Amino acid sequence: MDPVAGEPPESAALVADRLETVKFRVDSEPHIRVDTTRCQGCELKPCLWVCPAQLFTLSGEEVLFSYEGCLECGTCYVACGLKAISWQYPRGGYGVMFRDA
Amino acid sequence: MAPKYDVVVVGAGPAGSAAALTAARAGLAVLLIERGAYPGAKNVSGAAFYGSRLLHQLIPEFWKQAPVERYVSRRVLNVLTETDQIALSFRSESFTEPPYNAWTVLRPRFDRWLASEAVRAGATLLTDTVVDGLLWDPSNRQVVGVKTRRPNGDIEASVVIACDGVNAFLAREAGLRPPADPHQLALGVKEVIALDRAQLEDRFHLVGQEGVVQEYLGGLPGIRGGAFLYTNRESLSIGVIAQIASLIESRQAPYTLLERFKTHPAVAPLVRGGVVVEYAAHMIPEAGYDGIGEVWCPGLMVAGDAAGLVLNAGIYLEGMNFAIGSGIAAGETAAAVLAQGGPGGQNLRRYRELLEERFVLADLRRYRKAPSLVMAPEWQETYPELAAEVLRAVFTVHPTPRAKAGAIVGEVLRRHGRSWWQAGRDLWRLWRVLGR
Repeated sequence: MDPVAGEPPESAALVADRLETVKFRVDSEPHIRVDTTRCQGCELKPCLWVCPAQLFTLSGEEVLFSYEGCLECGTCYVACGLKAISWQYPRGGYGVMFRDA
Repeated sequence: MAPKYDVVVVGAGPAGSAAALTAARAGLAVLLIERGAYPGAKNVSGAAFYGSRLLHQLIPEFWKQAPVERYVSRRVLNVLTETDQIALSFRSESFTEPPYNAWTVLRPRFDRWLASEAVRAGATLLTDTVVDGLLWDPSNRQVVGVKTRRPNGDIEASVVIACDGVNAFLAREAGLRPPADPHQLALGVKEVIALDRAQLEDRFHLVGQEGVVQEYLGGLPGIRGGAFLYTNRESLSIGVIAQIASLIESRQAPYTLLERFKTHPAVAPLVRGGVVVEYAAHMIPEAGYDGIGEVWCPGLMVAGDAAGLVLNAGIYLEGMNFAIGSGIAAGETAAAVLAQGGPGGQNLRRYRELLEERFVLADLRRYRKAPSLVMAPEWQETYPELAAEVLRAVFTVHPTPRAKAGAIVGEVLRRHGRSWWQAGRDLWRLWRVLGR
């Protein structure tokens, strides 16, 4: 995973360690979809750093994303100025399962 | 044909469970729908619960059966700069006695319990079920039920109460609230850190079930927001809250801010030796009264975070009590409207009136200018820095004659390019918004 632009390289580790503490029941259907053609016109790309699970990464010029570690906050679609992210809740019973263990 | 349910409540958080409980106690047929595998699976907050007296009215002496963590006997307001800390600590023996003032809770456990109380009152709980939209009558003017993401998943109801949380998809579909705005929403990221109980109680000077709530302002350059640290029985809840627009502008990642907060010299010793057992994130509607829009339309009421009912006023950051207060009012309104017979559901104006009369909208109205003021750069950065510089000068001892406070303040103000007059005016504004 590429580190976030402008972030120290250890940021990926910061997130990975934290996500290990979270329980997920992953659906086979993604609940996040990104119209990546719009991302090409986006200079800022705030999704790369606002997502608390760092699910959006850059590969060359292209925005890649995953949905499996989503904490379901909604920050990505709120932050996306080009409305490229369509975000819905995962299927009932799937997704993140907070326990406050 | 009359619908099977009088009331469908979407979301089994504090607002939804309070609404379902209230409506079920009034004898209505209530369905409480939750998208998680259990109530609380998706729910995140600090979580300090400032609704002890409120919930005591609904469920007397709830603390004897509810999974609460610690009652809050002490509140500490902190102002941080990168190197300094100013703290105002208040402890009261009156906070240690029933009905108590506030509690720390762990939401997955607490919310699950509250939903079980709604079920005990007669509501039917349906978990693992996402509601994707509203059912409208043919004229498109009245909500008559919900669309769930299940085969043949439409469920009709005389009244729908949307307690679906901060994303508020249902309220937005109904046109009650504008699209989500990064200036009106904050992101909170949080960790639960396990700590040996005896060590925790020693570290925070706690006896028995006493707990402490610490809030932090400043110390996060470029960020409009703050941080918190709460004590649970055998863990700490620690987090950072940042307005999303400020994350975008300052190009800072939330987990980096959390890491920076945890390693602040005033915070690091408090979390030392603890083990992170869960990471979580959640948005908070922070705009207050002016961000609410409308809370009802024919057939639909919106409560809790979904309606933007969070008090954000610097010294106060409260949501769960506002959720429960609005849920109760929605449940009562449904019961009153449906008791009149007939189709019901069209005129739910009483809900708005109840919220305005009660603390829910009365408080938000009273503090309506607070959210923008506490987010302003002078209160986020300038004055925290200025206050720390003043105190640093007051308490630093040199083997030379010392300046008195007035001279120190004057010198610090000059360094920050502010006149006494400007500082006085800013203080007066703060007082007008928060105190008068």
